[in-house]
Amino acid sequence: MNFAAVVVLGQGVFTVLGTLASFLPPNRRALAAGLATGLLGATGFATGMVAFTRPTTMEVGSGLAQVSIRLDPLGGIFLLIIGLLALAASCYAVGYVSGPSASRTSWIALTLFIASMQLVAMAGSVAVFVVGWESMAVTSLLLVWTEHQHSRAVRSAGLWYAAMSQLGFLLILGMFALLVSTGGQSQFLNMHSAVSTGSPLLRSGVFLLALAGFGMKAGLVPVHVWLPRAHPEAPSHVSALMSGAMVSLGIYGLIRIVIEVLGRGPIWWGLLLLAFGGVSALYGVLQAVVATDLKRLLAYSTTENMGLATVAIGAALLFVAADRPIPAGVAIGAALLLVVNHAFFKGLLFLAAGAVLKATGLRDLDRLGGLVSRMPTTARLFAVGALAAAALPPANGFVSEWLLLQSLVQGERGSSTVTALALPIAVAVVALTAGLAVATFVKAFGIGFLARPRSEAADLAVESPMAMRFGMGLLALIVVILGLFPTAVLHWIALATTIPGARPITATWARIQLAGGASLAPPMLVALTVAFGALMAGFVRWHGRPRRTGALTWGNGGVRLSSRMEYTATSFAEPLQRVFDNILRPEQDVSVTPVAESRYLVERVGYEQRVDDVVETRFYQPLLAIGAAWGDWGRRLAPGSVHRYVGYVFGALLIAFAVISL
Amino acid sequence: MTVFSVVTALVQVVLVAAVGPILVGVLRQLRARVEGRVGAGILQPWRDLIKLLRREPISAAGTSWVLILAPVVLMGTSLAVAVLVPYVSTRSATANSSDLFAVVALLLVGTVVLTLAGLDTGTAFGGMGASREITIAALVEPAVLLAVFALSPPAGSTNLAVIVARRVSDQAQLASPVSLLVVVALMIVTLAEAGRLPVDNPATHLELTMIHEAMVLEYSGRDLALVEWASSIRLVILLGLTANLFLPWGVATQAGALALLVGVVAFLAKLLLFGAVLGIGEVFIAKFRLFRVPELLAGAVVLGFLAVMAAFFLVQGSG
Repeated sequence: MNFAAVVVLGQGVFTVLGTLASFLPPNRRALAAGLATGLLGATGFATGMVAFTRPTTMEVGSGLAQVSIRLDPLGGIFLLIIGLLALAASCYAVGYVSGPSASRTSWIALTLFIASMQLVAMAGSVAVFVVGWESMAVTSLLLVWTEHQHSRAVRSAGLWYAAMSQLGFLLILGMFALLVSTGGQSQFLNMHSAVSTGSPLLRSGVFLLALAGFGMKAGLVPVHVWLPRAHPEAPSHVSALMSGAMVSLGIYGLIRIVIEVLGRGPIWWGLLLLAFGGVSALYGVLQAVVATDLKRLLAYSTTENMGLATVAIGAALLFVAADRPIPAGVAIGAALLLVVNHAFFKGLLFLAAGAVLKATGLRDLDRLGGLVSRMPTTARLFAVGALAAAALPPANGFVSEWLLLQSLVQGERGSSTVTALALPIAVAVVALTAGLAVATFVKAFGIGFLARPRSEAADLAVESPMAMRFGMGLLALIVVILGLFPTAVLHWIALATTIPGARPITATWARIQLAGGASLAPPMLVALTVAFGALMAGFVRWHGRPRRTGALTWGNGGVRLSSRMEYTATSFAEPLQRVFDNILRPEQDVSVTPVAESRYLVERVGYEQRVDDVVETRFYQPLLAIGAAWGDWGRRLAPGSVHRYVGYVFGALLIAFAVISL
Repeated sequence: MTVFSVVTALVQVVLVAAVGPILVGVLRQLRARVEGRVGAGILQPWRDLIKLLRREPISAAGTSWVLILAPVVLMGTSLAVAVLVPYVSTRSATANSSDLFAVVALLLVGTVVLTLAGLDTGTAFGGMGASREITIAALVEPAVLLAVFALSPPAGSTNLAVIVARRVSDQAQLASPVSLLVVVALMIVTLAEAGRLPVDNPATHLELTMIHEAMVLEYSGRDLALVEWASSIRLVILLGLTANLFLPWGVATQAGALALLVGVVAFLAKLLLFGAVLGIGEVFIAKFRLFRVPELLAGAVVLGFLAVMAAFFLVQGSG
C-alpha cells in the first residue's frame, strides 16, 4: 500500500473519529473533537503534499458506485489551504465554542464539512465532485444555523444561503450534464480531450453554467448576497473555514472546468470573466469600506478578493485565446496565489473578529475601540491580517496583488485591440480596489482596536484563551512567511498552472522572477525598511531625552475628551461614501424634535443612516416580490371546487393525448 | 554588487534625506518672496528639525505602540524608497529591486501607519485627518498604477531603473505624447500624495481644511521631527521621480565617480526646477474643497488611461 492511500485512508479515519468524539460528554467533547478535526486537517495537508510530489489517481468500486480520487497539484493547492485552515480553526474552536456551537450536532457538522471540502479538492470524477459539493453545502448550512434559536437574523441568513447554494448546485449539475453528454467522459483526467471537439455552442453553454454555479459559491456580484448574511451569523471558526476554504473552492471549480477542461475559448469568455471579476472586486470593497459590522466587512472583502481572482482567470483566458502561454501562466499563478493568500489572512481576520465578539459581544465597529491595550495579542494578530488584506508588504496579500498587476501589464504588449483596451481598465479597477481595501482595513483596525473604547462592553474586554491565540498565531505566522518568502508556495503553484509549455514564474528564496523581466524581492524591501527605521530610531533616541507618557490629549483648551468625541467607523468612511454616493445609495434620515414651547428651539436631533446592499434591494427584492405575487395568484387555481379539479384532470389528459398524437 | 553600486546607494539616500528639509525651505522662501515677505531662509526647516530632535516626545494617555512606532516606520519606508528609486544613478546596489509597484506599496505603508497614528490619539482631529488622508490615498492609486502601466511597454519592465535607463538611451521617447500625459498625471499624484495645494495646505492649522497636520497634531519632540523630516523626504521622492522620468538627463547609467557627481548635480538642478514650478504655482491657486479633489484625481486617471492607449498604439505603429 503506497503513501497516498495511507493518507487518504487517514482522512477517512479521522472523519469517523471526529464524528465519534462528538458523542462524548460536553466536558471532554471540545478537546477530543477538536483534536480529531485538527488531525483531519493535518492529514489532508499531507495528502496535498503527495499530490505535488507524486500525482496519483485511485479508483475503488465500479460502475455508478465507483469512487474516483485524483491527487494532482491543482487540487493539492486547495488541500493545503483546507488542511492548514482546518488545523488552525480546530485549535481555535477548542477555546471558542460555547452553547449551541459546542453541541454534538455542531461538531459532527464541522467534521463532515472539513471532510467534504477535502473530497471536492480530491475528486477525480463528476460523481465524487458532486457528492462532495452537496455535502459541503448541507453541512455548512447546518453550521450557519447553529445559533438559530437566538436570533431571527440567523434564520434568515440560513434561508438565503440554503436557497442560493441549492440554486448554484442545480446550475453545476446542469453544467456537468452538458459536459458529460458532450464528451461521454466523466473522469476529469480525460475530459479535456473529450470535449475539445464539442460544438462551440455547447462549450459556451458549459462555460456560462460553470460561471454562474461556481460564481455563486465564490460570492461574485450579483450572486453574492448570501455571503454578507451567512458569514457574520455563523460561529467565527466556521466563518473562517467558509470564507477561507469553501468560497475558494468556487475558484477551484472555475479553474478546473474553464481553464483545464474547456481550455481555449472565444475571446468573450475572458472579457466576461474580467467584467464579472472587476465588478465584484469593486462592489465588494465599496460595501466593505462603508460596513460597520466587522464580520460583514470581512465578508464583503471576500467578495472583493474572489473578484480579483476572477479577473486573473479572465486575463488568463484572454491570453490563452491569443496563444500567449507566458502571460497566461503568470495570470493563473496570480489567481492561485490570490486564493492561497486570501484563505490564510481572511481565516486569521475572522478568527480575530470572533475573539473580539467573544470578549465583548460586539461586532459593531462604532462601539468598539481601545482593544489594543485590553487584548494585546489579538490586536497584533488582527493587525497582521489587516496588513495582508490591505495588500501591503511585508504581509502576503501584497505579493499576490503584485503578480496580478504584472500579468495584466505584461499581457498588454502585442495583444489585440479589444484586449489592449480591457487590460488598462482592469488595472485601474484593481488599483482602485487595492486603494479602497487599504481604507477598509485601516478603518477595521484603527477604529476597532485603537484609541479609547466606545462602549462599556469594549472597555471590559479581556484577552482570549490560549487555544484561540494559538489558532490565530498559526495563521499569522503563515501570512508573514508567505509575505516574505512566497517562494515557499510559488513552486507548487508553478506545478499547478496547467498551461502547456509555460514556465513563466521562477523563484529563488529571496526573489520572484517573471519570464517578462519583472522581479520582486520582498525580503529586500522589508530589510531596507527595517534597517533604515532602526537606524533612524537609534539615532534620534541617542540624541534626546526619554519619552514622557500619560500626558493629557490635547482637547482644544483643557476639555477632557470623552469617547463620544472620537471618530467612528461611520464618520471615518463618510468621505468615501460621499464620493461613491451613486453606487452605494445610502439612506439618511434626520428627525428634528422642537421643544414644546417654541418650534425654533430644538430639543433633540436624531440622525440615522443605513447603507443597504443595492443589489439586494434593487434586484432580489423585486424578484422575490414577483415570486410571491405569482404564488398568491397560484392559490386561485385551488379554490376547493371539485368540479374545477376534475376539469384540470380532463384538460391535462387532452393535452397529453395531443402531445402523443403529434 | 560592486563598491560603486553600494556607494551610489548610500550617496542617494543621504542626498535625499539632507535635501528634503531644504526643498521645503526653498518652497517656503519662494512663496514668501512672491508674496512680498522677507522669509525665514531656506535652512529654517533644518533649524526647526534640530531643535525638535533635542526635545522629549510626549505620548498622550490611552495611546499605544502604534503612535510610537509610526514615525519610525514612516521614516524607514521613506528612506527605503529613497535608496530604491534611481535618482542619481541606475546602477545602484538595489536597482534590480526598484519595481514601481513595490515603491508605491512602500509609500502606502508610510501613509497607513500615519493614519493609524492619527486614529490612535482618539481625538476628533486625528480621526478626521486620517479619514481624509486615506480617502485621497485610495483614489490616487489608480492614477499612479496607470502611469506606471503607460511607461512600462517601451522598457518591457516595471522596474524603475530599467525604465529610466531606457529613457536616457532613447531620447525620442521623451517628447512623445505618452510621456507628456504621464508627467501631468504624475504631477497631480505628487500634489495629492505630498499634501500640497490645491489638495492640502501644508501651512494651515484650521480644522476644516487640514489633512496631514490634523493627523500629526498629537506628535511632539523627536517624534514630530521624524514625521516632518519623513514628509519632506516623501516630497523629494515624488517630485524627484516625476522629474527624472520627464527629464532623465544626467542620471548616471555607467559606473564612475564623475558620472555620479554629474548625477548628483543634475538631480539637484531638476529638483530645484520642479520645486520652483510647484512653489510659484502654489501661490496662485487656492485649496480645493475636499469633495472637489476626487474630480482632480479622476482627471489624472483619465490622463493615465490615455497614456496607456497612446503607448500601445505607438508601440504597435513602430513595431
